[in-house]
Amino acid sequence: MNTVNVSRRRFLQSSAVAGGGLVVGFSLSGCSSSALPLPVAATEGAWTANAFVQILPDNTVRFYTARAEMGQGVTTGLATLLGEELDVNPLDMDVRLANAHEDYNNPLFGMQGTGGSSSTRAHFLPMRQAGANTRMLILQAAASDLAAEVKALSTDNGHVVHAGQRYPYADFIASASALTITTDAVLKPASEFQYIGRESRRVDAIAKSTGTAEFGLDIDIPDLHYAVVVRPPVVGAKKLTADTAAARAMPGVTDIVDVASGVAVVAETFWQATQAASKVQVQWEETDLSRVDTGTLRADYAAALDAGDGVQGPDEGDVQAAFAAASTVREADYWAPLLSHSPMEPMNAVVRIQGEEADVWTGIQFPFAVAGLVSRMADIPSDNVRFHQTYLGGGFGRRGTLTHLAEAADVAKQTGKPIQLVWTREDDIRQGPFRPASLMRIKAGVDESGQLVAWDTARAGANISPDTFRTLLPARYPWLGDSLVEGVANITETFFEHFSTDKSSTEGLFEDYDQPNTRVTHMTVDHGLPLTFWRAVGHSYTAFAKESMIDELAQAAGIDEVTFRLQNTQSSPRRQNVIRIAGERMAEMTVPEGHHLGMAMHHSFSTDVAEIAEVSVEKGQIRVHKVTCVVDCGQAVNPDIVQSQMEGGIIYGLTAALYGDLNLDAGAVKESNFHDYRMLRMNESPEIDVVIVDSGTEPTGVGEPGLPPIAPAVANAVFKATGQRLRSLPLKLV
Amino acid sequence: MITFTLNGETVSTDIDASTPLLWVVRDVFKLKGSKFGCGAGLCGACTMHVDGTAIKTCVTPIASVAGTSITTIEGLGTPDDLHPLQAAWHEYAVPQCGYSQSDQLMAAAALLDANPNPTGADIDAAMSGNICRCGCYPRIKRAVQSVSESALAYGPMALTGETA
Repeated sequence: MNTVNVSRRRFLQSSAVAGGGLVVGFSLSGCSSSALPLPVAATEGAWTANAFVQILPDNTVRFYTARAEMGQGVTTGLATLLGEELDVNPLDMDVRLANAHEDYNNPLFGMQGTGGSSSTRAHFLPMRQAGANTRMLILQAAASDLAAEVKALSTDNGHVVHAGQRYPYADFIASASALTITTDAVLKPASEFQYIGRESRRVDAIAKSTGTAEFGLDIDIPDLHYAVVVRPPVVGAKKLTADTAAARAMPGVTDIVDVASGVAVVAETFWQATQAASKVQVQWEETDLSRVDTGTLRADYAAALDAGDGVQGPDEGDVQAAFAAASTVREADYWAPLLSHSPMEPMNAVVRIQGEEADVWTGIQFPFAVAGLVSRMADIPSDNVRFHQTYLGGGFGRRGTLTHLAEAADVAKQTGKPIQLVWTREDDIRQGPFRPASLMRIKAGVDESGQLVAWDTARAGANISPDTFRTLLPARYPWLGDSLVEGVANITETFFEHFSTDKSSTEGLFEDYDQPNTRVTHMTVDHGLPLTFWRAVGHSYTAFAKESMIDELAQAAGIDEVTFRLQNTQSSPRRQNVIRIAGERMAEMTVPEGHHLGMAMHHSFSTDVAEIAEVSVEKGQIRVHKVTCVVDCGQAVNPDIVQSQMEGGIIYGLTAALYGDLNLDAGAVKESNFHDYRMLRMNESPEIDVVIVDSGTEPTGVGEPGLPPIAPAVANAVFKATGQRLRSLPLKLV
Repeated sequence: MITFTLNGETVSTDIDASTPLLWVVRDVFKLKGSKFGCGAGLCGACTMHVDGTAIKTCVTPIASVAGTSITTIEGLGTPDDLHPLQAAWHEYAVPQCGYSQSDQLMAAAALLDANPNPTGADIDAAMSGNICRCGCYPRIKRAVQSVSESALAYGPMALTGETA
């Protein structure tokens, strides 16, 4: 609960009304003080109904999207929710990206952040309520202006209709601004939805097809200088000595300064900065990580699993007794490597510090963190930091991290120049933060009837939560000293190493089936690599282990993979339903000679997804021809966007399943750009068929759940094609 | 001084001759629709047309395009005057994050200029140099096919999404 600053709030309201408009803090969470002025565009004669909606005198409806748009379609999704109740076609709205304000907090997070496939879930009711409340004010204003009863009025796409006449909403904004806020307007029943569940186009498609959508990299302000950081080959290593003389002599170079991560070269253009950066000679310290190779990671994880000494997660029933009574028991290890997110837009941020004030432009998943972090780096009050959100050129978790922003603020402070700091693609692939590597062990048993009786599983690897604290704490609490931040992060590390499992480390490894005996153990083995969320987080690797084992058990039990999954998910009719539909599709498919079908099912972010991969293996090469995806995400607000997120999740997951592999050599990442960190391309992309199950429930996650099942679906098909169980990612035939 | 045509206008610059075309267009002429993705000609984010051919401009020194005609996404069409491919991108809801869509469109436009009736394999071949991390490939392909001559003759293609 935020403290309500009554006097300041009253001042803001009255001053805004005096300016000809109305500023009404609409709180999603119900506990906002609205103490900060809304960062919406000032437009002459416009009515700012709340943090999300402005109606302009020309009847333009301007919508401020509270969540970061990184491709997942949330601008369209939230505009659809608001437009449904406001009765304005979302495609007719002028959609803007919200800057930082507590009214834009994610109701599920309590702060302004986008992630965890949460946006549609979190806003399904609040955003509709904001639309309905605004429409009610317009209707009340219209009733007064037209001397009519509210019940005699209706609305139609931005117009009030009365006695056969259509009046633009804008006709009534002067009167509406004088009314008391409505907070409890009645929402439409689903049977009356005209946009939810129907809209098939995106509000951002034209901007993104004409080069007019603005990304962080596109920001251009007067006197902007460009910074590139010369970074150590081993992440985190500190500089011993640097020879910058040759770089200083390069054209356009204005400054060379030390930053926490290396040596920043500043020039008049990005190209000049990269050219000069290549001339900087640095000697770096050796660190513990300098002695780590990829093989070290895997060997250390395996040793930890063998030692069996970890933190106990869920422990239900008696797995040992169940194994003794089982008719079939299987045990296997599954490997998932380090991965880079590699969004197409390299990480970048623009910071301009002028006296005690700063402006920041970047596309970021956690806008709440910007003011605190820049205030900390530049030593200015956080209230003096203005944040300007841009489109995100891919997120995938990577744009929930802040290093590039801290670096930009640091360089701007040191040089006194407006700075755009850009990570090169090589920086992006080599420096992390990464998706952690994992070694997972599953021992599972079934009885004679094919019922799962026991599931004993362990995961060895590092946890991402400590780095999340390291990243977000200094931004959330700028007054915390560096040593205190590190202390808290270290406590978190110790906590997850000795006392409790980090949910994101084992999520998805054991929850989806009905076995009565379950044991989950976690062995924390941390070599000090920077880590963060990567699309689908723990599910991105646990689904591979779990669904590979399920397939192996079904085969061992002599039961087909659909029946086996159905009979072991009886506690979840929704999960059974996606399995059943996928099974029906599978049965209907006629595949060419040499093609094989593999199945996987996974529950993540409250959504159930089953996928069928049609695969062939030719000359040792795995080729995925077609993927059928059955998803139950509750009410699909924009079914076509659900489809595109399944397509995107599958392709992102296929890149990881077939190619994704970062390797360490003496602590340095060997891969550097797209020639050796390979991406799936159009000629390798399968046909994708998406079936959306309409379960009539409230929306659940969409951005991530399409990804987890694809790797095991392909691996299970490869088994049918070759008889080989591939238990390491990326999938490679031996 | 290097002179070339940019979206129909003759322009000149005295920038260092080794500067890649991408950065000249972005920094000197302030057209930000073409993107930086890898700096090594590997992802296609910087694709423009040089005399009608799709070129990766992050590795194309400005000196090498003197006297040519360059078209960028800004020259392909505008929000008020969309190229048929851009209209198809809207109709088929192709973009996700959108960062690589300028280059996908430039590659597709060069393909259709050269081959108005591409097969699926032709599209794969022409577009395989352009990475899309969001995985918009199925829609890009559908949108390109919808603008091919034969598709225009037979009417728009339906989306394949279905519900159960």
